[in-house]
Amino acid sequence: MIQVEGIKLTFGAGTPLETRALRGISLSIEEGQFVTVIGSNGAGKSTLLSVLAGDVAPDEGRIVIDGRDVTRLPAHRRAELVARVFQDPKAGTCEALTIEENMALGIARGSVRRLKPALDPARQSRFRDSLAELGLGLENRLSDPVGLLSGGQRQAVSLLMAALAPMKILLLDEHTAALDPRTADLVLDLTQKIIDRHGLTALMVTHSMRQALDHGSRTLMLHEGKVAFDVAGEARAGLDVPDLLALFRRRQGGELDDDALLTG
Amino acid sequence: MSLFSFLGAIELGLIYGLVGLAVYLSFRVLNFPDLTVDGSFPLGASVCAAAILGGLDPITATLLAILAGAVAGWITAILAVRFGILHLLASILVMIALFSINIRIMGRPNAALLGQTTLFSPFEGLSFLPFDQARILVELVAVALVTFLLARYLNSDQGLALRATGANPRMARAQGIDTERQTLSGMALSNGIVALAGALFAQANGFADVTMGLGTIVVGLAAVIVGETLFRLKGILGALIACLLGSLLYRLVIAFALDVNMLGIEASDLNLVTAVLVGFALLAPKLRARMRKAAR
Repeated sequence: MIQVEGIKLTFGAGTPLETRALRGISLSIEEGQFVTVIGSNGAGKSTLLSVLAGDVAPDEGRIVIDGRDVTRLPAHRRAELVARVFQDPKAGTCEALTIEENMALGIARGSVRRLKPALDPARQSRFRDSLAELGLGLENRLSDPVGLLSGGQRQAVSLLMAALAPMKILLLDEHTAALDPRTADLVLDLTQKIIDRHGLTALMVTHSMRQALDHGSRTLMLHEGKVAFDVAGEARAGLDVPDLLALFRRRQGGELDDDALLTG
Repeated sequence: MSLFSFLGAIELGLIYGLVGLAVYLSFRVLNFPDLTVDGSFPLGASVCAAAILGGLDPITATLLAILAGAVAGWITAILAVRFGILHLLASILVMIALFSINIRIMGRPNAALLGQTTLFSPFEGLSFLPFDQARILVELVAVALVTFLLARYLNSDQGLALRATGANPRMARAQGIDTERQTLSGMALSNGIVALAGALFAQANGFADVTMGLGTIVVGLAAVIVGETLFRLKGILGALIACLLGSLLYRLVIAFALDVNMLGIEASDLNLVTAVLVGFALLAPKLRARMRKAAR
């Protein structure tokens, strides 16, 4: 269970560039829930994820993950609770390290790293098995540097890495946005598969209303640092993209000026 | 080339090979250009010499030198990661400070170890092996040991965390790695190894001198770059061995250049030659890319 209580965050307070990125966001996410988050540029989607991950601490509010108040913990001290896949395929893996070395980094997420060799036959066969399920042929390339992989392959490896160690929530930050449409679909399918198989709690930020409705069990729209609407269950089941727009209009009394949300 | 200058080049190549390993660790693994080594090399020599002259046994003296080097590297890292001083500048500050500290440690700008018991003393006067070759054997064992241990460390879960810290700190933090702590321990390790090289140099040559560190970083860089350009060996152990080979090759080339008098190179020209060599090696990938682009 993840509780976010009254999170506020302002960047550059007191300067001409002051941005009130989050203006009081509260939500609670049940275990096993897959939440999709939409919103136009600057709505606060990525900032919310950064706050959850611990990259930035909020000015106000509290974040409680599984009963632990993590509001002030830096990213590396809450990694046992939070796994992430970044938007930039280069951000989630180390280019210079091999596929198996990257996965060894992932499998040790949140646990104490010791002096025993990072790679042993047991780990390698586990890595090979999980790579084989991707069907990308990566299981034969364990000792290739990740730098040789395509963006889509790297995102796939990042997802596998996230699933190697236990977590309380998986954060997906527009992780298909940098990929071509076909690869994006592939990675999205894989995401769904991994979340289903491990019964993960997940928060996926996306730029596309279509994606947000096709995946997950709950959809949140952020607007100007606040939750514009939050739909789940039956209320969400029959919704289509135009319905979301109508919903937004009703709540905000305004039009959306970001075309990208409609086309995606 | 005479046997004498050949053996001398091998000996220097081995000792500075350790510096190459250390520079690989800071420069390549941690992505931290570290000039502390110009101070921690003579620091290792000074501490070792002062300790031996003060009556300590050579093993303890050498361990003290390693510890002193580690502290120096740790301070550089603290200045950079805790206080946000640009890493190059932080390392220059520590390097400059070490110049004074080294003189304090020895009580004067240099110290002679002639006639003292060193790590090499047990191998002096063997009937079957001349001393200069015996020294090389001891150094070879020391360098092999450090290389093996370092490779073993970098391939462990902890070592992998260190490598991720240098390669992609954001990803490292997301994997639960305390990148600050990794930088501190990596820099301590790197400068500890440099100080070990300084301690071995002092014991092998029978003196420590406060100016002996000048250009150590460039020599270390030369080893790393010559090694990775000429010997593309796979894996971490391969990369470390390439540094050692790079260092040996560099020393042999220099000994050869000094030997061939017609080039007119004198010992005092070495820093210039090294700087030009390393400069070219650093430029090579860019020049190659530009040439490839022009060819298209």
